[in-house]
Amino acid sequence: MTETPAPEAIRLEHIVKRFGAITALRDVSLHLKQGEVLGLVGDNGAGKSTLIKIITGFIQPDGGRILVNGQEVRLRSVTQARSLGIETVYQDLALVNELTVYHNMFLKRERVLGFLPLLDNRTMKAQAEEYLRSMRVNIPSIDATVAKLSGGQRQAIAIARAVYSNAKILLLDEPLAAMGAKEGSLIMDLIRRLKQRGDVSIIMIAHNYAQVLEICDRVNLLQHGTIVLDKPASPELMDELTELVMREYRIGAAGS
Amino acid sequence: MAKNVLPESSAQETEVKAVEGRRGFLSSLASILLRQREASIVIVAIVLVIYFQASNQAFLSAASVATLFQYAAATTIIATGEVMLLICGEMDLSAGMIFALVPFVIYFVAQAGISMWVGIILALILSGIIGLFNGAITVFLKVPSFITTLGMIFLLEGVALLISGGFPKLVPQEGLINVIMGHGLYAEIIWAVVIVIIMQIVLSYTRWGLHTVATGGNALGASEVGINVNRIKIGNFILSAIFSGFAGILESFRITSMDPLAGGTNIMFMAIAGAVIGGTALQGGLGTIVGAFLGVLVLSILQDGFTLLGVSAFTFDVILGIAILIAMILNVRLRTWRERGTV
Repeated sequence: MTETPAPEAIRLEHIVKRFGAITALRDVSLHLKQGEVLGLVGDNGAGKSTLIKIITGFIQPDGGRILVNGQEVRLRSVTQARSLGIETVYQDLALVNELTVYHNMFLKRERVLGFLPLLDNRTMKAQAEEYLRSMRVNIPSIDATVAKLSGGQRQAIAIARAVYSNAKILLLDEPLAAMGAKEGSLIMDLIRRLKQRGDVSIIMIAHNYAQVLEICDRVNLLQHGTIVLDKPASPELMDELTELVMREYRIGAAGS
Repeated sequence: MAKNVLPESSAQETEVKAVEGRRGFLSSLASILLRQREASIVIVAIVLVIYFQASNQAFLSAASVATLFQYAAATTIIATGEVMLLICGEMDLSAGMIFALVPFVIYFVAQAGISMWVGIILALILSGIIGLFNGAITVFLKVPSFITTLGMIFLLEGVALLISGGFPKLVPQEGLINVIMGHGLYAEIIWAVVIVIIMQIVLSYTRWGLHTVATGGNALGASEVGINVNRIKIGNFILSAIFSGFAGILESFRITSMDPLAGGTNIMFMAIAGAVIGGTALQGGLGTIVGAFLGVLVLSILQDGFTLLGVSAFTFDVILGIAILIAMILNVRLRTWRERGTV
């Protein structure tokens, strides 16, 4: 798919979103190329989560347009966004501790035996195991309940599940938050592997600039409901990002 | 660059390790107790049977075993529904009142000269409607099910007393239907076992069962992956109410009369206690039907055994109350320990 010049995975143009008197998103335009990993950074309250909710169809924008694969779409619901291949991994991961790894992988998309409405556990187990192995996600056992896994493993399962459900556009909401260095690098490796495969394009929200610059192709900085910076990721970008955020902070501190 | 990350993350890592260390003993003990739950209840049941048999040779006589099954059967059927509800994070306190009320439908239908089979079906439909009300009020009006179904207790009890005039009614005798529906010696316990087997399969091997666990385990997460959490809850309220009604029908056929004061909060409490003793978590997400059956069986063995030993009903209630309280405390604590162990 990446061989032929494909249209952008998703493109937002002049997105506006107000909540009563508050304008959460003033004018947001961003694009995501096929197979690209885009880092979305910005302070709390910059509008990141509002933006994510719009892309997942959870809320609808007041203005602007959205193009998926070059086609203008209206994302009216999460289900509709999902049918277009937009999958989200939220911070809470939406995993059920009490269920096994493979049941979590197939939650809501369970395989059932044809002749009886019974779960085809054998098939689900085999497919989940094979898929996780191909993604090099190491877990103690496919039969283990998710409660037994570490934070990194849980995050990996949640990401693998989203991709496995045929995601074309994957939104990762702070996948590296609250994670140790070792766990974090596990997830970074997984994202790198997804990038190599090239069949999914990723928007990743993160706070840690170092990690963002390490893993993303491009970085967008969101401030006050608009994108103020859009540059390819490079080590030099660190200073620029820090400077932009600090200036914002100084203005804010002086204003109050 | 990576250095910027290190101090903070290594601090987090040591924290993780500290928690892992603590996990060791408490968690493994908790998980053994949780995993071997059914096995340990079977052992408790066997020990109790041996004790009672040693104290009174009549305990394992046919008549006594039949009584034991009578105690256990209806309660087990109600417990089956309660397990489904408890797993998805709800409960039905009105189960015992549905149990008392709906058999009267059969009486009135029979009075009108219509077959009792039709009456049974109508009684089950009425049960389902009551369950639908319980579920809809809980889910859509966001009233905790504890309160919804507490209110339903009084409402249904009032209705049962009104339509019966406060007096028991005789179940019409039509022969085969009476035998099948509970009057046969082991009919009720056979129904109970069949329902337990079917519902354990539904819980463990169907999408409905899986989604019920997901709803109780992580309601937000379940709805994020697209499970209609409300539908699962209402469905289980309906299911539970139908089982309560069915248990009431079987019981009235067995004793050949319908009593507006039958069942009530007592049988509901026994059913929930049996479920909890059998390992169903009061906080949802965990539980088995077979465990509940074993839990109810243990309670029935106690009841039957103490009766044979001549322990007074008052003393029995005290012992039972203590046993149930201990079981409930363990139920909640084991889960907390386990969760703390797994972060």
